[in-house]
Amino acid sequence: MVNFGYTPLPTHIHDMDKASLTLADSISFEDASFNLCIACGSCTATCTAGSFTNFSFRQMCHQIKRGESKQAIAESEKCMLCGKCTLACPRNVNTRNIIRLVRKANQTI
Amino acid sequence: MNKIVAVIGGGVAGLETSIQLEKLGYKVNLYEKDSELGGHAGKWDRLFPNRRHATEVIDSLTSRIKDKVQINLVATVNQIKRENGSFLVEANGKSQKADAIVLTTGFELFPASKKEEYGYGIFDNVITSAELEKMFADHGKPQSTTGKTPEKIAIIHCVGSRDEKVNRPYCSKVCCVTAVKQAIEIKEAIPTAEVYCFYMDLRMFGPGYEDLYKEAQVKGVNFIRGRLSETSEMEGSRVLIKAEDTLSSKPLKMTVDMVVLMVGMSPLPSTEKILKDLELSPNNDGFVQVKDYHLEPTHTKAEGVFVAGACTGPNNITDSVNAAHSAALEVHKYLTSK
Ligand code: SF4
Ligand code: SF4
Ligand code: SF4
Repeated sequence: MVNFGYTPLPTHIHDMDKASLTLADSISFEDASFNLCIACGSCTATCTAGSFTNFSFRQMCHQIKRGESKQAIAESEKCMLCGKCTLACPRNVNTRNIIRLVRKANQTI
Repeated sequence: MNKIVAVIGGGVAGLETSIQLEKLGYKVNLYEKDSELGGHAGKWDRLFPNRRHATEVIDSLTSRIKDKVQINLVATVNQIKRENGSFLVEANGKSQKADAIVLTTGFELFPASKKEEYGYGIFDNVITSAELEKMFADHGKPQSTTGKTPEKIAIIHCVGSRDEKVNRPYCSKVCCVTAVKQAIEIKEAIPTAEVYCFYMDLRMFGPGYEDLYKEAQVKGVNFIRGRLSETSEMEGSRVLIKAEDTLSSKPLKMTVDMVVLMVGMSPLPSTEKILKDLELSPNNDGFVQVKDYHLEPTHTKAEGVFVAGACTGPNNITDSVNAAHSAALEVHKYLTSK
């Protein structure tokens, strides 16, 4: 067959029928405060690591909820566990523990 | 005292207005176009935020109505005329005099088929919030058309609200908390079900509403910020939905067993005729225009005509009861100074 040099574009869509939510389920099972995020961004705004990198705790949680575990795990490495975000979160999300659980999942997968 | 007040509409606002006017010593003619009192609330299963049964509230209201209220059921008010400083109200061919009028005509649920791209009336498993309430009342849980228990359900906020494409630019105020209440009820009835709320903003304005939102989160309800663009039907009458997941700036699709549309509150078309008779005009959203939004919220610009409840715009039961009390008092002040 003649190769015209075309390939299908990688899909940019969240396909929730195919997403694996194992990590989200296990984190929310171990620490239900994970469910309480309202995506306000206070954590990211105050984040020490966020001043030097593009780390966003809010975004990392979101990635987990959309099944993007690999990206989330890589992101979690940027956190320095200072705990400022825990003080800022209006919903009492146990942010540092969530980071810990993400990192733990990395060791077990 | 034998002054007569016509109360038009027998929902929460009309019932409470009648109760208060009767207590103040007036004779009340209450007109209800349906065959039952109670309005939309009477057709609901349970109420936010505490999920008490709606019948509890409606029964309490109807039981407090006494003999001096003449209840006219299946009575559509066709015409209101002014005559020697009072009114002549005509319903079902019969005219009765009234010294003052209270409009409590309420609203209609947004006709969901107008938002054609959502598939209501076309696809089997696209239903409205009112139909879900009926399922809860009849079976205690949602059921798909084949009688199967749905395992994946999407709840769509702002259907017929905040949407200039269907000429409903305003927020209907009560549907966010209704969505959250229904999501919790689905989770309780079917613990394994996955529930997704598609919202633009979550407007949890009342006492206990934010708590309800948090309860839904704890119970595992998922919230996705983005407005539904369209639905299509898949194999087995499942429904494919598309929205943008705006928090990650990516389109999102998922197949669900059932879509529940949170239909908003729309102006009731039959109220328009009554307003014309009284030489009143609707407000920008099509609801009854009140005289002064801040200071005289139960007056209209027409002398002797008062208003309460959701005919003035989206409203919850508490708002309706408060407005009814206020309207009754204003009627009393008007009739005693006349
Ligand atoms: S604990 Fe991590 S995420 Fe939280 S503020 Fe510190 S660096 Fe940022
Ligand atoms: S501060 Fe708390 S609620 Fe706000 S985005 Fe961060 S984790 Fe979520
Ligand atoms: S209350 Fe919520 S669902 Fe209803 S119109 Fe307003 S924002 Fe939309």
